[in-house]
Amino acid sequence: MLGAEGPKAKVFAGGTDLLVQMKEQLIEPSLLIDLKKIAETRKIAFEKDVVRIGAAVTGAEMGENDKLKAMWPGVVEAVELIGSYQIQGRATMGGNLCNASPAADSVPALIAADARVVIAGPNGTREVAVEKFPTAPGKTCLDKGEFVVSILLPIPPKHSGDAYLRFIPRTEMDIAVVGAGVAMTLDGKGTCTAARMSLGAVSATAQLVEPAANILIGNKLTDAVLESLADVARKACKPIDDKRGTIKFRTQVAGVLACRAAKIAWQRAEKN
Amino acid sequence: MNEISKAKSNYKWVGKRTPRPDGIDKVTGKARYGDDMIVPGMLHAKILRSPHAHARILSIDTSKAKALKGVKAVMTHADIPDHPLMKPPYPPIVNDMHDICRNVMAREKALYDGHAVAAVAATDEAIAIEALKLIEVEYEVLKPILDPMDAAQPGAPILHDDQFTFGIEPKPDKPSNLFRSIKGQRGDVEKGFAEADVIVERDYSSEPVHQGFIEPLACIATASENDSVDLWTTTQGHFVIRALCSKVLKMEIAKIRVTASEIGGGFGGKNTVYGEPVAIRLSQMSGRPVRMVMTRSEIFRATGPTVGTRSRVKIGAKKDGTITAAHAEIYYQAGAFKGSPVGRAVETFFSAYTIPNVYAIAHDVCVNRPRVAAYRAPGAPMACYAAESTLNELADKLGMDPIDLRLKNAVTDGCESLMGTKFGHIGLVDVLEQMKNHPHYKAPLGPNQGRGFALGYWMHGGGLSSVSVNLQDDGTVTVATGNPDIGGSRSSMRAMSAEELGVDIETIKPVVGDTSVLGYSHLTAGSRTTFATGWAVVNATREIIEKLRALAAKKWDVPVDDVAWEAGSAIPPAGKGDLKPMTLKELAGIATKMGGAIAGHSEINAGGAGAAFSAQLVDVEVDPETGFVSPKRYTVVQDVGRAISPDYVEGQIQGGAVQGIGWALNEEYFYDKDAKLQNTGFLDYRMPVASDVPMIDAVLVEVPNPNHPYGVRGVGEPPIVPAPAAVANAVEHAIGKYMGSLPLSPPKILEAIQTTKAAAE
Amino acid sequence: MAKHVVTAVVNGDEVDFTCRTDQTLLDVLRTELYLTGSKNGCGTGDCGACTVIMNGRPVNACLVLGAEVGSAEIETIEGMAKGGELHPLQRKFLEHAALQCGVCTPGILNMAKVFLEKNPDPTEIEVRYGLAGNLCRCTGYDKIVRAVMDAAEEMRTSGS
Repeated sequence: MLGAEGPKAKVFAGGTDLLVQMKEQLIEPSLLIDLKKIAETRKIAFEKDVVRIGAAVTGAEMGENDKLKAMWPGVVEAVELIGSYQIQGRATMGGNLCNASPAADSVPALIAADARVVIAGPNGTREVAVEKFPTAPGKTCLDKGEFVVSILLPIPPKHSGDAYLRFIPRTEMDIAVVGAGVAMTLDGKGTCTAARMSLGAVSATAQLVEPAANILIGNKLTDAVLESLADVARKACKPIDDKRGTIKFRTQVAGVLACRAAKIAWQRAEKN
Repeated sequence: MNEISKAKSNYKWVGKRTPRPDGIDKVTGKARYGDDMIVPGMLHAKILRSPHAHARILSIDTSKAKALKGVKAVMTHADIPDHPLMKPPYPPIVNDMHDICRNVMAREKALYDGHAVAAVAATDEAIAIEALKLIEVEYEVLKPILDPMDAAQPGAPILHDDQFTFGIEPKPDKPSNLFRSIKGQRGDVEKGFAEADVIVERDYSSEPVHQGFIEPLACIATASENDSVDLWTTTQGHFVIRALCSKVLKMEIAKIRVTASEIGGGFGGKNTVYGEPVAIRLSQMSGRPVRMVMTRSEIFRATGPTVGTRSRVKIGAKKDGTITAAHAEIYYQAGAFKGSPVGRAVETFFSAYTIPNVYAIAHDVCVNRPRVAAYRAPGAPMACYAAESTLNELADKLGMDPIDLRLKNAVTDGCESLMGTKFGHIGLVDVLEQMKNHPHYKAPLGPNQGRGFALGYWMHGGGLSSVSVNLQDDGTVTVATGNPDIGGSRSSMRAMSAEELGVDIETIKPVVGDTSVLGYSHLTAGSRTTFATGWAVVNATREIIEKLRALAAKKWDVPVDDVAWEAGSAIPPAGKGDLKPMTLKELAGIATKMGGAIAGHSEINAGGAGAAFSAQLVDVEVDPETGFVSPKRYTVVQDVGRAISPDYVEGQIQGGAVQGIGWALNEEYFYDKDAKLQNTGFLDYRMPVASDVPMIDAVLVEVPNPNHPYGVRGVGEPPIVPAPAAVANAVEHAIGKYMGSLPLSPPKILEAIQTTKAAAE
Repeated sequence: MAKHVVTAVVNGDEVDFTCRTDQTLLDVLRTELYLTGSKNGCGTGDCGACTVIMNGRPVNACLVLGAEVGSAEIETIEGMAKGGELHPLQRKFLEHAALQCGVCTPGILNMAKVFLEKNPDPTEIEVRYGLAGNLCRCTGYDKIVRAVMDAAEEMRTSGS
């Protein structure tokens, strides 16, 4: 159906972005497909190596899942940052990914968590890393007739933790001006053995900041490490000036949030 | 006429916290707001809006839209009569029909992104939207201009070829975006500054902010074949809407009946016409009722915010804090048409202080943005921001307590404002002293926190109000006013009427009458309703009491002068032992049998509303790494005259303060390089949400206004006046740098923090 | 676009309506079912004035399609008072003067109702964050927060 109708057909889950775009006449779909009707997209399943989160699982449902929250608190918090309680009951990670906003809150958290996207289409299913999924503002790697079925989060090893922080001018109801996600694993002695850091809203798509891993791995979270972390975060920024923030502000705050998120992730990893 | 009420110190209903009469309908969803109405057979209207901020309209072809199935009428400016330019003398706030008819529907030019260009009425909204796409408009795109100072310079793109700066002799030969300048002066400013020990001078800027009412503008017009029109609309003044529609469309006033819906917020934004004349004309053209509701995006693009400003203020003082001179110049960004509240700027700057040498001038400048509209204390908060910020810097420089500095120079009874208004009995000193003694003033601050103070002054309006009070057969009473109830005024009307009559408030049903049943009533604006309309309620109720005394006298066959009215009953003269007092209810029961129904009415032009002062204290915490500001504590001390409904007086103060927080911190418009608006919704027009603000402690100081039967002053506007200045002052103290620019958004604050830090290193 | 025939339960009553694919639940409530208590403040999920309760969760009715609500249970402001008896929140909003113009009130009451079901003993800050999706331009939120906390206390002590 999706393939036959072409680009004017739209798949939706929570509809919290799509209905706004329709209202503002940015899109005029000829066909709407309700993903929620596919049972597979509505479940959270803990498998041997992964947590499989259906693309139409809402933020509120993720927040109510204690096991998921304990495993990936940063990812769940990122999803819970999307909009109000009213939005939370509808908005999904699948939708947040497909909307492909550079400022999407869940995407940097998923990138830090090394999550993968499961895509179904006319030629079967495939998986891509989250950081490869959005290709430009509003654009994804989905081919004609494809849609997102679920998102896979790895089961984290012992002593792991993650965090996502964003900056907005108010306390709620804004789109991220900058977002930073950090996930890391420590050894028994508090030294980092694995780490991923990501940034949102500072480039055309949310990005994995690859040099961050080298700064963190093999180290503890000293002031010098944090300073280097802020530095690589700022160097990775290629933001724009717009109604939500300036280039200078975004770049500066990216470093601040990267450090703050790293500290939270570290504390969580120590406790786990 | 005021003796009875003034003598009373203990009121039964006035000053009490009673549930509002319209409350139940508003918590159960029954209250009908602008777009909650349907009329059988109605069409749906949509407006085509200019995508250009400044463009000459070369041609409009509506033929394809007219041909679309379901389209019943299409209109352009050609369907609205033109009006000549207003001639001087100009009133303090100019409402030129030449401008209003062009704002309703662009004629020669589109003057801002979103300016209405054509309109369609169709059988459903989807068809109307489709039809808009079929209207072909040929534009010659012109260069837009947004900054008011640039716009006032020679060589700037000109909005109106027929606007020549007023007040310059000889008349300029080139048109200008500067419409006029208003100034006020006293003493010798140069001499005053020469006498000063300390002088502070700074530039300021503030951005236009929207009223942000939650209910969209909505109306339904039903035109009859006999030229009469019924209009349902959400407005702050249905009599004003009637007057404007009658003028714009050149219709007879009595043929237009306007009914005000419940109103979902206005703050000055619903004082004028936008869609109403269009809906009326489309209804006349189609022969069907026409409903028009604006989307939020249309509201942001095309309805008036208040002015943005660029200003410079200079104040000089002696070492002991005595202010010797003050100078202020401000540019007001009027939007596409003249009419900024320039007089209010001059009135606001320094009127709370006894300064011997003052000069203030305000310029009204047109730019390619929506036409300026009123917003809560129009013109005052931005002037107050500049003047109070300068005073705060002066206090810091003098090492003087900011409240002591104000007390040292405070105006008292009998002083005169810069625009020549003489103060009656005012409560400024009481307000300042109560603030100084408030526990907040001495409370310790935490790390990264700063405290800000500012004083706001506002001269209230009175004006025309009409009221009709009808006593029913069963002793219940209807009080009809011509003022939409925007925030609980029914409660105050009921309390004053019940107080006069001496009956239970539940006896009285306050309603808002339509334009056909009452005399002219001005807007629910200018904080005038409880003052002016309340006064008319008192008058009309007293007329009923007179008639009831006369009725009792007739019944008892005694002279009317011997009949008293006490606690809801007519009291017979002493010495007539067989006569018993008659209650309101008993008298109501015999009225129609003994001469006719009893009603009272009052049509007044109320004066003497007087000045009020609001002092505000706020603590904020600033995140030094991101510039994020979090208001932590907020106290307002305000002279309210007499609080008829204290709950709603506090509510006005709390709401005004929070609007001021939004103004100070995050609310602004973002235009791209072509002057197209980028934030057309609540998502990026960042009004405070519940988690952004603290509780607002509202301290009511009651210095009764001697000109009103119950001592009422306005209360709605003063609380927004000093709020942006107070918040800005708190931020400045938290980061240790004077800013001079609103809003204090995080990028601006972070930049200031980093600059200060770099300079210190 | 196609028309859908939908059956849902609104305020306890089973109702049928037809709607176009692009019609929102808010459109349906207001123009098909004449339940105008849910207000259209923005149409983009930013103001919360259209908040209704759908299967126990608060949603912006402007961001739900009418065609999606088949067999759902919807509660609107019109269903909040039961048998002529106001809900404690409604009563406390009147007692505390927690409304001025009243247009945001239906949405806030619905949001507060679900919020207190999840969190019956909230702090002031929790109430503020709970209501962050509901804009009020009149009150400055002070009296709204007080009314919600007072209602919470009454509901806790009365066990309702």
